[in-house]
Amino acid sequence: MLRWSMIVVALLPLLAQAWSDQDENRWRALNEELRCLVCQNQSIAESAAPLAKDLRAQSRQMIEAGKSDAQIREYMTNRYGDFVLYRPPFKPTTWLLWFGPLLMLLLGVALVWRMRRGVVANGHAANREQTHQDIERLLKDIDND
Amino acid sequence: MVAVPLIVLLALVVVLWRGLSLDPREVDSPLLGKPAPAFTLPVLGGDQMLSQDLFLGRVSLLNVWASWCVACRAEHGILNALSEQPGMTIYGLNYKDDVEDAKRWLAERGNPYTTTLRDSDGLVGIDWGVYGVPETFVVDKHGVIREKRIGPLTWDYVNQDLLPLIAQLKAES
Repeated sequence: MLRWSMIVVALLPLLAQAWSDQDENRWRALNEELRCLVCQNQSIAESAAPLAKDLRAQSRQMIEAGKSDAQIREYMTNRYGDFVLYRPPFKPTTWLLWFGPLLMLLLGVALVWRMRRGVVANGHAANREQTHQDIERLLKDIDND
Repeated sequence: MVAVPLIVLLALVVVLWRGLSLDPREVDSPLLGKPAPAFTLPVLGGDQMLSQDLFLGRVSLLNVWASWCVACRAEHGILNALSEQPGMTIYGLNYKDDVEDAKRWLAERGNPYTTTLRDSDGLVGIDWGVYGVPETFVVDKHGVIREKRIGPLTWDYVNQDLLPLIAQLKAES
């Protein structure tokens, strides 16, 4: 009896170690960052697709086996490519993705700036021209009267 | 000056127009150009176990299929026709399927496969980056994956892309 209880007590920490709250949180956070390729706008945490279920099981097993988040992400990208990561990596092939919006913004700002400058310059010139014409027309009208 | 917004607009139209014709389901596999992932799988309807070594020494196709896969029906006739071509090796990867259903499928629709491997839990499928059945891989003589087709085979694809590629790979040393 004593021996049995000792064995149980000895095994308890092992059980606790098997899947802690911390593991659970890590697992959930990780799954939310992995895209399910079957239904591409869901993560494997949300998706009901069988493949998402398999991949959740896979990431869980890897956490249990003591793998790091980076190792699990690498496992996924080795099979499904960078597309599975909702946070794309920063590397030459994704530079356009990262800098694209900034590039578009700068392009837009430059364009607006140039166009405004054009309008202001043209506007002044056109106004002056118009004023001159108006004055001349008025003067003519006065003369005719 | 007026031309600048017009050029930007045209560039956007070209880019977005191209985007319309891209299929977001066709994600480039990171496995292209890499050796076939290792596996040990049982043969459908047998006790024999086979590994990725079966790809060595010949150009072959690996077709991932399942009896529950509706799109697989569409391409089965094409696989049957392909399998009759001389020197064509098509391996089947029966993905997450029931053995009896799979056997019945082949009995009813014809068996285009030199050998069918059974991936009952889908773990080998994960190693191969399979995410939608059917998928077809082209593996060269050295066991390197050279092409991946996602979705059912079509005659257009077979005639314009697949057969020329197979001929090219066969010509390689």
